Amino acid sequence: MELLLDSLFNGVAIGSVLLVAALGLAIVFGLMGVINLAHGELMMLGAYTTYVTQLIFKLPILKPFYNSYIIVSIFLAFIVSGVVGILLEKTIIRKLYGSPLETLLATWGVSLILQQFVRSVPLAYGTGLVISLLIGLFLPTTFPSKIKESINFKYFKFSSWIFAALTGVLTGSVISSSVSKLSRASARNVDVTAPSWMRGQVEIIGTAFPKTRLMIIVITLISVIAITLFLNQSAWGMRIRAVTQNRQMSDCLGISTEKVDIITFGIGSGLAGVAGVAVSLLGSVGPNVGGNYIVGCFMVVVLGGVGNLLGTVLASFGIGIMTDLIGAGRLLSIWPDMPLPLSNTINFFATTSMARVMIFALIVIFLQFKPTGLFPQKGRMVEN
Amino acid sequence: MSFSRIKFDKKIVLSFWIILIALIIAAPTLLPVFRLNLLGRYLSLSIVALGVDLIWGYTGLLSLGQGIFFALGGYCAAMYLQITSSSEFPNNIPEFFALYGVEKLPFFWEPFRSPVFTFFAIWIIPALVAGLIGFLVFRNRIKGVYFSILTQASLLVFFNFFNGQQKLINGTNGLKTDVTQLFGQMVGSESMQRLFFWVTAILVIASWFFAKWVVKGRFGNILIGIRDDEPRVRFTGYNPVIFKTIIFSIAGGLAGISGALYTVQSGIVSPQFMTVPFSIEMVIWVAVGGRGTLLGAILGAVFINYAKSLVSEALPASWMFIQGGLFILVVTALPEGVLGWIQGDGPRNLLQRFGLKRKIETYPSLEVNNKEGNNE
Repeated sequence: MELLLDSLFNGVAIGSVLLVAALGLAIVFGLMGVINLAHGELMMLGAYTTYVTQLIFKLPILKPFYNSYIIVSIFLAFIVSGVVGILLEKTIIRKLYGSPLETLLATWGVSLILQQFVRSVPLAYGTGLVISLLIGLFLPTTFPSKIKESINFKYFKFSSWIFAALTGVLTGSVISSSVSKLSRASARNVDVTAPSWMRGQVEIIGTAFPKTRLMIIVITLISVIAITLFLNQSAWGMRIRAVTQNRQMSDCLGISTEKVDIITFGIGSGLAGVAGVAVSLLGSVGPNVGGNYIVGCFMVVVLGGVGNLLGTVLASFGIGIMTDLIGAGRLLSIWPDMPLPLSNTINFFATTSMARVMIFALIVIFLQFKPTGLFPQKGRMVEN
Repeated sequence: MSFSRIKFDKKIVLSFWIILIALIIAAPTLLPVFRLNLLGRYLSLSIVALGVDLIWGYTGLLSLGQGIFFALGGYCAAMYLQITSSSEFPNNIPEFFALYGVEKLPFFWEPFRSPVFTFFAIWIIPALVAGLIGFLVFRNRIKGVYFSILTQASLLVFFNFFNGQQKLINGTNGLKTDVTQLFGQMVGSESMQRLFFWVTAILVIASWFFAKWVVKGRFGNILIGIRDDEPRVRFTGYNPVIFKTIIFSIAGGLAGISGALYTVQSGIVSPQFMTVPFSIEMVIWVAVGGRGTLLGAILGAVFINYAKSLVSEALPASWMFIQGGLFILVVTALPEGVLGWIQGDGPRNLLQRFGLKRKIETYPSLEVNNKEGNNE
């Protein structure tokens, strides 16, 4: 019983990382049919945001609040990755609408650039760049509508970008002069240390659970609930669902699909940032950190089907629990005296990498019976 | 998309071939061995690019897993070379087995003692694996992005398998070929490398003709039909699954040949051939050269790899930026690739932008109709 609980918890822990990472991908894929290969790098940005936040909270002014940095970094990571995602949508993805394979390649290019960016640009100036992007993209939208509609609006836009650039350079140099670790570019991996209240373990029904894992499960739970509420209760959520179901019809009925695309892509990317915070708690953070999770996320999307969050949730926990069952060879400890050939097979697959092999085989077998995932979208079209 | 293609004069085509053949014969004496070896490697990569062009440029299937078949071909060649040069090692098996305490050769190594088997295995095994993966995926009408993701996932699966199995195929260290023997000579020696260069050059031309033959005629037309409107092909009574499986396995076979040639020239095959970035790079060679133009795939593979080695020697950090930018640029600004742009309307549009008048072309039938006064 204890063993089973342990196994279940591990599976749920693996699954919840997958879920929070795949959530954004699934929403974007459901809406636009676009697979974002830079999703892993948006996660990486979230993880680096956690690291930067942690260092900034070590400054004397913020030292008293150090223990709460992880909560702050969740919001900051959402904003950072979201802003980069919105920029990506506005500059590249919008141009490639209707050609998903080309989008795939372009986002791969973006992921290469982002990886090299964190290697060769000091994190302090990277932070400054993100801040200037944030101001440049959002300041013009806060102007009163009288200015927005005037012919001279482009000058206002231009001057707000100049203001944004100046602020960015200023924050960049302030951060780099006050935190020496952020002032130099480095390709080395960095470590995020959890605050003291998150270290150690919690005992539930006689089994010890690491607190960081519990924290990740909580983060995932909150993200899923928040996104479900947003999609089902808010007006924009309703528009997103409408466009997901039928883009042309929604367009005809006056929904601005352009805005829906931006908002969805921003939220999807932001969720990648939140996933990055979770990932940073599990191990060291480097430019390639996203690559370890990204294929798992794709599998979740393929298995779960599009347009239904329940599918994503079930698929990620399914994959998580299976990974733990196969990868740790738990079937053997649950059933110790199984016949020899079977136990040899299980031992052969009882490593993390071989578990992936097995799970992929299982997914391909599953797709032979349900080619469009657990919850396919209903429709009568020949093409999806 | 423009359908007007420049028709080359016969004399130009002939002189092109004469220059090409002269270059191939002269290259081993003109270039130092290091550069010759690099050129040979890039030429062997252009064979896998031809395969990518067949499935992506002509059939519209974006595979991000060609590295699987590339590496399988490489492993077949390396296993043969290792096992035939292992007579001095304990138990007559390749040296690395001793490190892991393996005394008996794993069963799947046995057939690779035969050169004939290896010769066929290099392209048939990757083709069969590709056919199997393709059939399982296409059968369910999984296509588009789903197909790309599944090929990428299978790439990762193969990578994990080959990376983790030390006792079977030396895991992450890979199999070395440069110190093995072939025809009584070291594979890494200069004379062998020259020979491999010629073999590669001949095989590139042969695979180019083969690919041209494949896309010519009705088979090629169906492939293009699948790319442009698959349901329509199906409704017309063709079964796209068969055609897609065949072309995917042809591409797999080409990748296998390419991998074997690359392995003997680079001196090692390792799971690194199956990493995700390498397989996506193959797509960008084709995209830059011009998809749907077979020559573009070859030129793209050679030139981009050459540029990569030049840039990496001079400024190591900047190649990632350049490559990333290339991906974005080519899909947004130059979707037909360089060769597609030249063959299409590109140059004329550019001239027009500089103020030069553009010659107006119409379809011959249109002119005939106008003369007869049917149209206006």
